[in-house]
Order: sequence, then structure tokens, then C-alpha cells
Amino acid sequence: MATIATRDAYGAALAELGAIDPKLVVLDADLAAATKTSVFAKAYPDRFFDAGIAEANLVGIAAGLSTAGYTVFASSFAMFAAGRAFEQIRNSIGYPALPVNIGATHAGISVGEDGASHQCCEDIALMRTIPGMTILNPADDVEARAAVFAAAKLQSPVYLRFGRLAVPRVNAEDYDFQIGKAVPLRAGTDVTIIATGLMVAAALEAAANLESEGISAAVLNIHTIKPLDEEAVLAAAAQTGVLVTAEEHNIIGGLGSAVAELVSEKSPVPVHRVGVRDTFGRSGPALEMLRRYGLDAKTIAETVRAAVRR
Amino acid sequence: MELTKKSRLQALATRARLAALEGVWRAKSGHPGGSLSALDILTYLYQEVLRIDPAKPDWEKRDRFVLSKGHAAPGLYAALAVRGYFPLSDLATLRHPDSHLQGHPNMHYTPGVDMSTGSLGQGISAAVGMALAAKIGGDDWKVYTLLGDGEIEEGQVWEAAMFAAAKKLDNLVAIVDNNNLQIDGTIVEVNSPYPIGEKFTAFGWHVIEIDGHCYDQLEQAFAEASTIAGQPTVIVAKTVKGKGVSFMENNVNWHGSAPNDEQYAQGVAELTSTLNELEG
Repeated sequence: MATIATRDAYGAALAELGAIDPKLVVLDADLAAATKTSVFAKAYPDRFFDAGIAEANLVGIAAGLSTAGYTVFASSFAMFAAGRAFEQIRNSIGYPALPVNIGATHAGISVGEDGASHQCCEDIALMRTIPGMTILNPADDVEARAAVFAAAKLQSPVYLRFGRLAVPRVNAEDYDFQIGKAVPLRAGTDVTIIATGLMVAAALEAAANLESEGISAAVLNIHTIKPLDEEAVLAAAAQTGVLVTAEEHNIIGGLGSAVAELVSEKSPVPVHRVGVRDTFGRSGPALEMLRRYGLDAKTIAETVRAAVRR
Repeated sequence: MELTKKSRLQALATRARLAALEGVWRAKSGHPGGSLSALDILTYLYQEVLRIDPAKPDWEKRDRFVLSKGHAAPGLYAALAVRGYFPLSDLATLRHPDSHLQGHPNMHYTPGVDMSTGSLGQGISAAVGMALAAKIGGDDWKVYTLLGDGEIEEGQVWEAAMFAAAKKLDNLVAIVDNNNLQIDGTIVEVNSPYPIGEKFTAFGWHVIEIDGHCYDQLEQAFAEASTIAGQPTVIVAKTVKGKGVSFMENNVNWHGSAPNDEQYAQGVAELTSTLNELEG
């Protein structure tokens, strides 16, 4: 199967949107070639601005532009957008509720060889704590494109999370993407695997393998981590009685936390979290890193087996 | 500047100082020192420089002002009230939970506030973004931002300064309220940003240095700024922290504390006496 990185879909979607929205302005912080905002920059050089290696100012400029009615996407790696510029996002975008879109690429451990300094597994946790922030974590190129178009329309802050690694497509090209709406990708009765980002493909692979062992696993794709589709998560909890979450993020503060917080209050069922287990990564090929830190179909399947045996 | 005009502006600034002081006194907290130091600059901006309409605070073609030193909110609110955005008596609700006048400026609560600020170093970046927006759209509105001299210790200020000059944002004017004091002492004792003018010159800005309480110099500086093409302008304005209230002047203890009843009464007496002299 052909694979495409969500960052590539991001750059292409921005260029596509540029033709439709004359008010679209894209900013980067000296990483345009990597974040793929370079695709937009090439098509619309007058509406692309490079802030240089200055992420705090990048976020502030984006805020200022948005007050004057521009549709703004500001990009850097997740580490430097959500991490370094957290307080600027909180105070200059979140608190004034400005419709700025933070396009953060190179999220998660699959950054690979650059190592732990660049592998951001904390961004979802950071962004979740900002009131009014929408967090989109697309699973494939189809969803990444749809997320860009939906974010551009939303008149409030959005954090979009993209990956460096080429990933398989899990959604149909014409599927109906709605912010805040979970996507059931597979039905099942014993357990629901609630996955986000590149872990959705791993969840589907795990579910297919588990079927041969007689375990019926549903798969729910959560592309919007905030606001969480509470209805879909609670329905999954009620239907299968046990949940396994899967994300390319620290198990603290991400999707697993969001699901556990919700069900523990409203419908307590066991929640087992697959994710980076509160550790820093190492340098290495992306796929090897995903396996090393338990972000693969094998680990999801093992977690499901343990969960349904309980 | 004509004497009558100058007296009128000074009287308006004094009224604003009285209102700002009342707000901080009633709230039993706030930042009087940096509000009083900035109030001649703010008064001149809102009375004479900004192309604005208090009846239409969201007018798209208005000039923008960003209070990057957001803690001078009492000063900004008083200047806005004197300009007619809302009643001066609203200052009495400063820092109340349901007041539109929060501890630091909020663009959605207070008419006339163009950007929510308070975390130092961030306002100038938003102002740069606004100036860039005007350039992209071919609009003629201008952007003004007021920074503290302690605030420019923030690295983000220099990220913004570098970008503004690189993009030739000549529709941007920054003013540094150089009152020489920050919370932990004089700015020299803490982490000297001097020489301020030379730093901005090195960053590619046009620099004007003035006395920030002198209306003749304020008039000349803003007039000069409007003639500068191809680069942003910074006005480094020497000011007195706590200006107008004798015991607050040049005293760092008044950066972020409110006067008690007795001190407030003395401040009111001094400012009222100044006002009476001006309005004769």
C-alpha cells in the first residue's frame, strides 16, 4: 500500500486552500522545507512569511495577523511550537481565543534519527490544558487534508498535529470529516481500541490479527482529541466494557488520559493505555523507534489480550 | 505646541491619573507606578495620534494600539475612558471579577483594547503581526505599541524587533516607557538593557529619544515617526515612574502595590491641585 506522511498532505492542502481563500497567510520558523509549508510558499510567495528561528515571535505575529481577519497557519515542529512557544500560544492565542491554526509537524517518536530533543510526545498534554483549544491529530493524508480545511473555517484556536513518517491510508477519500466526531472504523464486541494518529493503522492491524484468535475488537479513530467525542467513547465503554487507547504520545496527558478522565467520571470501565511510557526516545529509524517504544500492532494486541483476560 | 492645547492635554492626563489611582486604590492592588509614568504618552496617543472612533471600536481601518507592558492597564483604561470609550467612573470597578476592566487588558471585554496582553514581550509580536497584516492588505492604518524598559529584557522583544526591521514595517511605532525601574530594582541593577536606542539602531530601527512627559517632544516624535519610510520607529521616552504623585515618583515600591486610604487621599490632593492649576 502506498504511504504518505501527514505533513505532505498538510503542505498540499495549504496550497490547495490558498487558491480558495485569498486571506490565507502561512508562517514558518525556518523549517518550511520540513513542515512542507514550502509547497504553499512556492505557490503564494506574497502570503508566506518566514519568522526565522524565533518561535515565540512566530506565534505572536500569527495572533496579530488573525486580529485583522486573516486565516493564519503558523508552523514549526511540535517540539518548538507546543513546547517552546507554549506560553505564547496560551496567552497570545488561547486567552484571546484568536482563530490561529498551529500546524505542528514532526510530532511523536517517529521523528526517528534526530532523537529525543526533537521527538515531541508532550504536545497533546500541553495543548489540552488550554481552554478553547481544538486539537486535531489526523491518521492519514485524507484526514490531514480534511483537518486543514475544517480548521481554516473554525473561528477559534486549533492545534494540528502532523507526522514526518509516511503512513498507510485508513480512510476513504470521500469520508465525512467533522471536528469532534469520532470515526468507527471496525465493529467489535469484546474491546474497543480507541486510537489516534498513526496508531489508527496499527490498531486496525491488531484488530485483524486478534480476530483470528477469537477476540472481537472494535476500532474507533479519534482525530479530534479536544473536544473529545464523549458520546462515542461512552458508547464504546458501554458496548465493549473495556477500552484500550493507542497514541504516539506520552501515556500521561494525551488521548489515554482524556478517555480515562471521561469514563472514570461517567461510566467506569478499565482503560489500558498504549503509548510512550513516560520516557525519552533514542535516535533510530522511525519504524524501529515505534517498535522499541511499544507503538505498534503487536503491543496493542498484547494489551488487548491482557485487558480482555482480566 | 500651543499653550492652551498643551494645558488641555495635561489636564486630560491628570484626570486619567486620578482615575487610574482610584481604580488601584479601590482594588487594593494593581500597578500605579508604570501607569502614571505612561499616561502622558497614552494621553497623547489617544488624543492626538491614533486614527480611531470610540463609537466604533472594531472599525477595520482604525489604527491599532497594543499595550505590550500590559500591567499598565489602569493607565490604558483611564486613557480610553478619557477618549470616550466608556465612562471614567468604570475605573472604580478595576480588577473586579465581573468588571470589563481586568487586571491586565482583554481585547474582548474592554472596548478599544486591540490585543489581550499581560505576559511581557508578547504584545510587540502581536503588533508586528498587525503591521504585517496592514502591509499585506495594502491598508494605511498604523500600529503603535508601548513597551516597558524592563520588558525589553525579554528575548521575544528582540525576535520581534529583528523581524519588523527585516520586513521593513514602517507602519509600526514602538514606544519604550523608560522609567528606569522594574520590580527587583533599577533596570541597571537587575539586568541592564542600556543602551536602549543603540540596540534598536543595531536592529535596524529608526530611533527617537525624548522626554516622555513633554508634549512638545511627544508631538515632534510622532510627527517624525510618520515620515520614516522603510523601517520601523522606536521612541525611547524617558519617564518618571509614579509621575504626578510625589511619594510614588522614582520609587520602585510603587510598581505593583496600592496606596492605603491616607496615601490615596494625599495622591488625590496633589493631582487635584495640578488639575486646578491647569484648568485655572
